Amino acid sequence: MEWKGRDIISIRDFSKEDIEFVLETAERLERELREKGHLEYAKGKILATLFFEPSTRTRLSFESAMHRLGGAVIGFAEASTTSVKKGESLRDTIKTVEQYSDVIVIRHPKEGAARLAAEVAEIPVINAGDGSNQHPTQTLLDLYTIKKEFGRIDGLKIGLLGDLKYGRTTHSLAEALSFYDVELYLISPELLRMPRHIVEELRERGVKVKETSDLEAVIGELDVLYVTRIQKERFPDEQEYLKVKGSYQVNLAILAKAKENLKVMHPLPRVDEIHPEVDGTPHAIYFKQVFNGVPVRMALLGLVLGVI
Amino acid sequence: MAELKVSAIREGTVIDHISAGKGLKVIEILGLGRLNGGAVLLAMNVPSKKLGRKDIVKVEGRFLSEEEVNKIALIAPSATVNIIRDYKVVEKFKVEVPDVIEGILRCANPNCITNHEYVTTKFYVINKEPLKVRCYYCERTMEEDEILANL
Repeated sequence: MEWKGRDIISIRDFSKEDIEFVLETAERLERELREKGHLEYAKGKILATLFFEPSTRTRLSFESAMHRLGGAVIGFAEASTTSVKKGESLRDTIKTVEQYSDVIVIRHPKEGAARLAAEVAEIPVINAGDGSNQHPTQTLLDLYTIKKEFGRIDGLKIGLLGDLKYGRTTHSLAEALSFYDVELYLISPELLRMPRHIVEELRERGVKVKETSDLEAVIGELDVLYVTRIQKERFPDEQEYLKVKGSYQVNLAILAKAKENLKVMHPLPRVDEIHPEVDGTPHAIYFKQVFNGVPVRMALLGLVLGVI
Repeated sequence: MAELKVSAIREGTVIDHISAGKGLKVIEILGLGRLNGGAVLLAMNVPSKKLGRKDIVKVEGRFLSEEEVNKIALIAPSATVNIIRDYKVVEKFKVEVPDVIEGILRCANPNCITNHEYVTTKFYVINKEPLKVRCYYCERTMEEDEILANL
């Protein structure tokens, strides 16, 4: 697989070998970073971060990754401060920005925007989330986190909790986990169940999938509980949101029924779906998960730039 | 089999073996109902050895583009196209659902970038019978009903 110049748009474009290679590269870079404090692989290279909708975490994580590789960053954090407000097309924005940079990271509210950007641009494009479709770098850092915690992914029982209908992180993660020998528990209110076509694909690929709305009934079986926020902004109808708002809260009472080594993950930001009292327990690994975004994104940036 | 109650055409196209009930949709998506065109003959629900019942569309003085043939394939994958010259069939072929559908179908996802920017749509066919496609851009899958509504 040629990584230099490659676009990172969808987890569907990855093979298991690709995923494993990214995780191994991230591990190597994390080790090097710890030893040397600062790396110079991307010296002289410029990353453009185009965030057409807000996402402090993902943007800062990419920026941090590029700085840690010794590169520089330009970009914007919201579309309202750009020529998009004047009616500029995405195509034109991309054609312009690629003149200033070596790699583009894009977050956009429309599904398929990253794929379009990749078609237009001659430099590599990395998808940092397109609507409710894909967020492949989040998925890779989620896998990296699971692997770091357990030393493996195979054989684990993994629960995805919350908004499985609109939550792109759970869609991508479920697809990526289908490469591994895992059991998936899809836990959500009826209204927010995982789209049928994804569940069918998972089953076709041999993943054992269990769907339920009862967290308490299954928490004792899980090794990983991946919690997601019920995202008001993704609902086409606010009434629908109000019906499911606050459906779940992971707290100490629920965790009392969990395995001792259950790890609770969350792509963040959270609102009230994990009580802050959980933060101090060994179950909580969501801030480590945030940290893991940096080496994983360093690996991706370095690979597509062809500098590592 | 009973003789078909539609007259032969001198020059044009006969679309045969359309699954029963889809003939009107074929006329609609090819824009054959417009005025100023040649005669269009539709036979619905006629007996067929292959299909039990079928529809037939005869279009006088008109030949189909590749894009139009691909559109027919999406609606009626069993259809055959006959090119008629001087009352004789000079060419006959079966329509085929392509592996990739470009430009002729809109994405049913209102939030797909293709519904907001100038983009030639592209879909991968993931199943031909029943038809199921996936948008190259937003990755949403569409099944037959949605495909027909977005042609």
